[in-house]
Amino acid sequence: MKSEDIPSIRKIIRRNKRLELFFAVAGFLALLVGVLTFVALFAQMAWSGWERITPDFFTNFPSRRAGQAGILSAWVGSLLVMLVTALSAVPLGVAAGIYLEEYAPKNLFTDIIEINVTNLAGVPSIVYGLLALGVFVYTFGFGQSILSAGLTLGLLILPVVIVATREAIRSIPLHIREAAYGLGATRWQVTRDHIVPYSLPGILTGVIIGMSRAIGETAPIITIGALTFIAFLPESPIGPEFPWVNFEWLKSGFTVMPIQMFNWTSRPEEAFQQNAAAAGFILVLMTLAMNAVSIWIRYHVRKDIKW
Amino acid sequence: MVSSVTMRMSNQGAAEAASQGGSAADQGVGDAFSGVRPDKGVAVKASVENFSFYYGDFKALKSISMPVHEKRVTALIGPSGCGKSTLLRTFNRMHDLYPGNRYEGTIRLHPDNTNLLDPAVDPIEVRMRIGMVFQKPNPFPKSIYENVAYGLRIRGERNRSVIDDRVKEALRGAALWSEVEHRLHDPATALSGGQQQRLCIARCLATEPEVLLFDEPTSALDPIATASIEELVHELRDKVTILIVTHNMQQAARVSDYTAYMYLGELMEFGETNQIFVNPKRKETEDYITGRFG
Repeated sequence: MKSEDIPSIRKIIRRNKRLELFFAVAGFLALLVGVLTFVALFAQMAWSGWERITPDFFTNFPSRRAGQAGILSAWVGSLLVMLVTALSAVPLGVAAGIYLEEYAPKNLFTDIIEINVTNLAGVPSIVYGLLALGVFVYTFGFGQSILSAGLTLGLLILPVVIVATREAIRSIPLHIREAAYGLGATRWQVTRDHIVPYSLPGILTGVIIGMSRAIGETAPIITIGALTFIAFLPESPIGPEFPWVNFEWLKSGFTVMPIQMFNWTSRPEEAFQQNAAAAGFILVLMTLAMNAVSIWIRYHVRKDIKW
Repeated sequence: MVSSVTMRMSNQGAAEAASQGGSAADQGVGDAFSGVRPDKGVAVKASVENFSFYYGDFKALKSISMPVHEKRVTALIGPSGCGKSTLLRTFNRMHDLYPGNRYEGTIRLHPDNTNLLDPAVDPIEVRMRIGMVFQKPNPFPKSIYENVAYGLRIRGERNRSVIDDRVKEALRGAALWSEVEHRLHDPATALSGGQQQRLCIARCLATEPEVLLFDEPTSALDPIATASIEELVHELRDKVTILIVTHNMQQAARVSDYTAYMYLGELMEFGETNQIFVNPKRKETEDYITGRFG
């Protein structure tokens, strides 16, 4: 390069850097739109619902008097429905994901299944509600119960869990598998001792993403007939005598957090709007708490898994 | 001795190479190479017979025939893409894990004459008899102890003290014991690359394989770690039959007793290492050995 070229090269660099700055600013603004919108919504909910968030709010049933109304039946309902959702979607989704990734032959049939699983994640949730109304509520006779709701949401997040499981499995390097097979392990031994433990953090992330979606779902739950006003709790899952578990709660009627919110927002009185904001604030916190747990577990499991 | 080496050679070049391998050894050039021992009375542990391999329609290996001598180190050398790794991975049926691979011919394991490639022989049985060390150190993301114990666990060994003993013995065998004896329960991935590779060797040794396969075991390691692996291969050959793929010719010369030179899917020449390196029978082998090509 000739020395007289240096000024022109510097000019080019300056121009290139201006472009770079332009993108940095544009990207930052794009980020702000998302973050600020969430912060504003969350802050507004917290602001208007703040004075309603007292211990009583968590221990009171809904009431005609806004000041005495609480979310006891809603948060217990959400918790129990989530329990059924997790217990149904996780084993099914993980097993299906492992089968597709490790066992299934690669042919037209499994290709079609794969495409369908991915598409299922995009099916509107109300469709799952309709399906569940026909299958779980009427055909299987589970009624308008926690069991029906949990299974419906389980179905809803199943594709998310399957896809997350497959992604997590695919991130395990080939040479780790070969090491295990090379020692004479069977496919099941490789799956049990290596594939599942190493993909666990990824699977967990998928499960939590799915659960975060499910806990806010309203449409399918209303479709299968959740109650909007409920002043009793399901029976405790922990029984007083052997075997100390009780399954009566599965058949119980119920409500969940988003339905309770929906109920309150449809009331004309200002005080009920406050209740709705407070319940929304709690619901967001529940979701954030779930994410925090998953981040924590992921961090602690993943730090031991390196290739 | 020569007769046991020549068995049913179909490839003319290989047959020629093998039948003349012995005479080269008799010339007494062994002193120049640390790796050569007299091979009088050495049994054949495995024999490859008319072995061909296809990736889909591509014929990657063409009718290979060669012996693998018991408790000796046999090196497979040749330029990239010559099929040496493909041949090595056939010995423990790694190819069965992937669709589209096809092979013909036999690899007989002696003394029981089991054809490793027989569809009726379970690849898991083959892998339980033949261990493999890979190009990149691939310890499991588990503890050092669990890595070595894994082969025993999948064989159903439950007795803790037996596992403890075998783990210790295997780590000693892989010259790693003194470095890890106080941190057996640390993650294996915290070890250096050379230590990880020796751990992978220990993992194989724990199950006492009849044949140990090395697929370019030092290509991801620095020179010092490479030297320690080579030294280990040297020590191990008294206990186990070793087959090693390398594209480092000096390494083949240093560690092996026998060398097979492969090119474009064919076995060009097979013989005692000193014969191959000092007095190659074929022009192609000489060109490769002397670095004129490859």
